[in-house]
Amino acid sequence: MPEPLLEVRALDAHYQDFQALFGVSLEIAAGEVIAVIGANGAGKSTLLKSIAGVMRSRPDAIVFAGRPIGDWPAHAVVAQGIALVPEGRRLFPSLSVEENLLIGAQLRRPGPWNLKRVYDLFPILGERRRMPSTALSGGQQQMAAIGRALMSNPKLLLCDEISLGLAPIVIRDLCARLPSIVAEGSSVIVVEQDIVQALKAAKRVYCLQEGRVALTGLSTQLTREAVSAAYFGA
Amino acid sequence: MSVAAGAGLRAPFEVEHASRSSRIGSVALAIAFVALVAAPSFAGRDDLRLLSEIFSYIVLASLWNLLAGYAGLVSVGQQAYVGIGGYVLFAATILAGIHPLAAVPLAGIAGALLALPVAGLMFRLRGHYFAIGTWVVAEVFRLLASQLSALGGGSGISLPAGTVIAMAATRQWREFLIYWLSLALLLAVLGAIVLLLRSRYGLALTAIRDNEIAARSHGIDVWRVKLAIYVAAALGTSMMGALIFLQKLRISPDTAFSVNDWTAFVIFITVIGGIGRIEGPIIGTLVFFILRKTLADLGSLYLLMLGAVAIAVMLFAPKGIWGFVAGRFGWHLLPLERRLRLPADTSTK
Amino acid sequence: MQWLNVIIQGVLVGGLYAMFAAGLALIFGVMRLVNIAHGDLIVLAAYLALVATDALGINPLTAILIVAPVMGAIGYGLQRGLLNRTLGDDVLPPLLVTFGLSIIIQNALLELFTADSRRLAAGAIEVESFPLVEGVSIGVLPLLQFVAAVAVIGALQVLFYRTALGRAFRATSDDPAVAQLMGLDNRHVFALAMALSLAVVAVAGVLLAIRTNFDPAIGPARLIFGFEAVIIGGLGSLWGTFAGGIILGVAQAIGAHINPGWQVLAGHLAFLIILALRPEGLFPKVQG
Repeated sequence: MPEPLLEVRALDAHYQDFQALFGVSLEIAAGEVIAVIGANGAGKSTLLKSIAGVMRSRPDAIVFAGRPIGDWPAHAVVAQGIALVPEGRRLFPSLSVEENLLIGAQLRRPGPWNLKRVYDLFPILGERRRMPSTALSGGQQQMAAIGRALMSNPKLLLCDEISLGLAPIVIRDLCARLPSIVAEGSSVIVVEQDIVQALKAAKRVYCLQEGRVALTGLSTQLTREAVSAAYFGA
Repeated sequence: MSVAAGAGLRAPFEVEHASRSSRIGSVALAIAFVALVAAPSFAGRDDLRLLSEIFSYIVLASLWNLLAGYAGLVSVGQQAYVGIGGYVLFAATILAGIHPLAAVPLAGIAGALLALPVAGLMFRLRGHYFAIGTWVVAEVFRLLASQLSALGGGSGISLPAGTVIAMAATRQWREFLIYWLSLALLLAVLGAIVLLLRSRYGLALTAIRDNEIAARSHGIDVWRVKLAIYVAAALGTSMMGALIFLQKLRISPDTAFSVNDWTAFVIFITVIGGIGRIEGPIIGTLVFFILRKTLADLGSLYLLMLGAVAIAVMLFAPKGIWGFVAGRFGWHLLPLERRLRLPADTSTK
Repeated sequence: MQWLNVIIQGVLVGGLYAMFAAGLALIFGVMRLVNIAHGDLIVLAAYLALVATDALGINPLTAILIVAPVMGAIGYGLQRGLLNRTLGDDVLPPLLVTFGLSIIIQNALLELFTADSRRLAAGAIEVESFPLVEGVSIGVLPLLQFVAAVAVIGALQVLFYRTALGRAFRATSDDPAVAQLMGLDNRHVFALAMALSLAVVAVAGVLLAIRTNFDPAIGPARLIFGFEAVIIGGLGSLWGTFAGGIILGVAQAIGAHINPGWQVLAGHLAFLIILALRPEGLFPKVQG
């Protein structure tokens, strides 16, 4: 693999006395889409939070574009080009749809993404741009949350369970847009409980179980049985 | 750890309150109490007045602590009840000819009754807004008091000589009387607080303090408990206010309802001593008076430093002196712990 | 006609109260902090203006141009250095720390300037007035204060709803954790909000100082007026806060007209009545 865009090296994570991640390592290259799957509580969200700087780690536990950023705060990590679409969408209720997108561009990072491009990708958002973000449906809110993250022109997009609570047709719709996102220059880490969509969208897969990487490989080469075993434990 | 009354524990259980340190503490306090009762026989007049002042601040701080540290009601308006207590005493004695000593409990009752509508209004506010709201209420009482020309209006009034003599024949015995009354009120208030905290009501309070929503979901009527505590604190504070001004022999709206004297100092005492623990106000008052003795000449600089110390304590040692010490060593001055004691032959996990 | 005069005076002074309140409401909106030292900071601004006018020989209204940035800087430092540490779920730390701050400011001003009453002289404008209708005249200065209040609140509205900074304030207020994911440093955003609040306080303080006598102890009363205006108007709406200030001013004016000693009391009673009958305020913002 060429120089990876992001390297996670033996990452540990704790919530007070509870250890959520044990020595997790992973890599992603530029232009790649990888999936991190696992059951509830396996540590997937914790992994994303650590990468995004919401949780602090050892400096060299997270290396991005050659820089150790493990102990950087979230607002500094975004400036480097990592954007997190948080679990549960979490749009800002006081802001309209358009304002939610605009605040994603607060840092004015250079790149291809702007309001027009986001509206091209998600036309329904353009139709509802002036409405309060709370007036959108679940799927539309998810689009807005992704759009908001894209507005910061990230080199790496982290998607935390974007399929949660959405109808299958909506999920398919969302996943269909992933290639456009990658084509504009972002790598994507997709965290999902839904294995089917994750395997379809991603080239490589990591499976977490109780805070450890239980399985990794090309999605085309992994068998259902192997994944099940890794997901639930033997 | 919950007291699972009957839920799976078939054998009877006991709740232990005392610990080694609290036994020592209780004995120490008992000895101190005896010495204090006997104080008029060996202490001079100035010392007795100082002690009365210390008692009054412990009472005010303990009641504020009960409100803020246990019931989560941070009031910046308790001076309202100090003033109400003082004014009701003066009104009762001057206008209605009631004996000053009988007027003290009357003042307490008046404060408690007034606390009901006040709480009805104030409980509509939360957190910071509740705090400032109570301040507004105190200001209202202050302004109303300054409109009472029968009691001296804005400049205030002195207790007439006849009333003063009615307390006791000589000046010395009046001093002793007020001293013992202050001590008695201190004991009553502290005793009531200890009993309250040891009771089921007290358990409810701790639950509310730790997590109000969870407490409510367990069937605790949070509103009623808070109201009861607020009224009880008003009762105690008003009685203390009555005694304070009985000793001063003179009252005016600005002194009766002074934010500095009855709230700022009280808050600082409680914060520095340790919020949420019954020993905190006692320790805090002692520290406060030691500071006052050593820094007496500095005037407003003293208040300034007090504010700075309170801020520092809040930021770096939010549990106060006693919270820090007791947390470290597990001490208790008074028997207030709860430990479950099961008979030896119960087989539970 | 007399009553019209009373009402007009009340409306005009209400503008000043609205400015006291706007600073408070802003802070509470962005970071759920109620600054008990708010009133004392208004007085601090008045004393800063005093120093500026004495030292530089300028008109107090010009002094605003100096005092506002200075207060803004003080606000930024105060928030970043001290108050940010008190933010969290517990209501006690910010309350007690700002209370301690209030005592510190009052006594520091007492030490520096003594308890003497002061006033800022603004020259002829203080006594100028012009007649509106028969028997009713409006003072130029009170009218100026009112216009200033409208301008300040209008500017704040524009800031909050039409600028990137305003978006940042609203987003951080909604969800500080996710705001960080947008690249917003909460510590910085909160400090900017406090700086803005104190800049508004500066304008209010200078106008207050021209209008009435001031001394180190009048801070708490200003806090209370600002607070009452916020509650009367309802949380969450700047124009609602403005209306609250007007209503408070009118209530006080009516009280004063009946009996001069009842001015402040009338305001308190209006506040308590609104609290009893409509605790959410008269113009609360309805959240979607």
